Amino acid sequence: MNAPTKLKYTKSDEWFDPSSGAMGLSDYAQSQLSDIVFVEILVDVGDTVEAGSPIASVESVKASAETYASATGKVVAVNKALSEKPETLNSDPYGAGWMVKVEQGATGDVMDSAAYEKFCADRTH
Amino acid sequence: MTYIPISLKERDAMLTTIGVKTLDDLFKDVPVKHRFPKLNLPPALTEMEVAAELADIAASNESVHGDLISFLGAGAYHHYIPSVVDHILRRGEFYTAYTPYQPEISQGTLQGIFEYQSLMTTLTGMEVSNASHYDGATAAAEAVNLAWAQFRGKRKKVVISPTVHPQYRAVIRTYTQGMELELAGDDGNADLDSSPEELKSMVDENTMLVIVQYPDFFGRIHDYTKMIEAAHSKGALVCIVANPTALALLKTPGEMDADICVGDGQPLGLPMWYGGPSLGFFTTKKTYVHKMAGRLVGETVDGRGQRAYVLTLTAREQHIKRERATSNICSNEGLLALGAAVYMSVLGKTGMRQVAELCYHKAHYAAEQLSKIKGMGLCFTEPFFHEFALCVDKPAEEVNAHLLEHGIIGGYALGTDYPALKNHLLIAVTEMNTKEEIDSLVDVLSEVNHD
Repeated sequence: MNAPTKLKYTKSDEWFDPSSGAMGLSDYAQSQLSDIVFVEILVDVGDTVEAGSPIASVESVKASAETYASATGKVVAVNKALSEKPETLNSDPYGAGWMVKVEQGATGDVMDSAAYEKFCADRTH
Repeated sequence: MTYIPISLKERDAMLTTIGVKTLDDLFKDVPVKHRFPKLNLPPALTEMEVAAELADIAASNESVHGDLISFLGAGAYHHYIPSVVDHILRRGEFYTAYTPYQPEISQGTLQGIFEYQSLMTTLTGMEVSNASHYDGATAAAEAVNLAWAQFRGKRKKVVISPTVHPQYRAVIRTYTQGMELELAGDDGNADLDSSPEELKSMVDENTMLVIVQYPDFFGRIHDYTKMIEAAHSKGALVCIVANPTALALLKTPGEMDADICVGDGQPLGLPMWYGGPSLGFFTTKKTYVHKMAGRLVGETVDGRGQRAYVLTLTAREQHIKRERATSNICSNEGLLALGAAVYMSVLGKTGMRQVAELCYHKAHYAAEQLSKIKGMGLCFTEPFFHEFALCVDKPAEEVNAHLLEHGIIGGYALGTDYPALKNHLLIAVTEMNTKEEIDSLVDVLSEVNHD
């Protein structure tokens, strides 16, 4: 699995990029879900999201899951392209698969990439 | 062997846990004299005697099959049901199965639902159909759930035409209790003569859904295209509650660009029974398929490349999405959906249209004859399908009582739901009503007005 060091991670498998304010679903989460067939972003630009509140609904061939905000902040951008191409979450979870961007996002309980990798490894075993 | 899956030891453990000594302790709040009261029943009858007694009681029922002539519709209609419908429905594979959706063992049921969905989308002109709901009223309420999910609760107003079936409007209110919605448009003072265009003024940026009926509760046919366009310009969705028989003849809700089309499937080969069970159809645009309640069967190929059917979308239901689902109602009317599919396939496009045309022409003959009676007249002037509101110039219940004395079930008395129409009957005419029956309705009603 892949967990870039510049990002922060939640226990519910979301990432947050402190430099851009972007957030999304981790590589570990997309591989667990397998082929993602439907994404709906649940928030709009101008909304304020709280860390831990739902920002997207994701359905794969195996499961239906909700993605939670990895930081608190005001939404400044929403990735509308995702609903057209939900498979982007599988192919590029940290790039084109970003879900929303927030302004001056304040993270809640997050881990760095090393801690997150260990957290995922422990769950796999 | 015992079929009670509990041992004495387990029972004692449970009693100890809840803090009582014996099972009887659980009943000590029921006074002793009421625990095993003497029932004072008559002596037992033999099977032969019971059968005779029940047959006797059943014989006092009167139905539309030979006993009474009916002009009652208002949501449930008397249509001819080809005998093949019942033959298919009574096959054990379909009749007794409960939620048989494993593709390995249920290709027949799944294909039946798939065919039903395909036929419903053809009839309504919509893109997708689910596997059905309980009845037209609950399907209409699910349309509100869809719209609520679509706007994620950010829009809170539903505009309902006062000419949507009163019971549907009541069910919608029951379903949406606690959702903090504003339901507007159908209060007691609403103008029943108003054109659908007038609903436009109530649609605003907070409106999630507009609900209209087609033909409306009074049988009138409106083209909702312009109203839908206006609602869309405010971002709202539109649901049309439709009569499926009429759709074989009229412009479809799909052609009007409706977002959702629901209705009661009873006219599609299902008896009126005692008012149910029924079948609620629910069709929508592909865009909203992920917000649609219920399940969807799709066609695919199996591992050997053979055509096969599977549940394609079930994520909206409680077993996957649980509290995040659009609706918490998982049931569909699988058997009755199959009946509707058989009916539509047996009649075909031409047969469906013939039924609709017969209904239309017979209803228009009846309306013409009835409006000639002195003191009576049609309440509305718009085009109608197979139902119309007739002013009878005296309390409708009185008129119906008189008709019943002549073996005729009259129309639906409109005064209960629309106080301004207390002297009005909603008369339904289908292909089952002969010219003689219509003429005798005219004769009896003529007498009424001479009394």
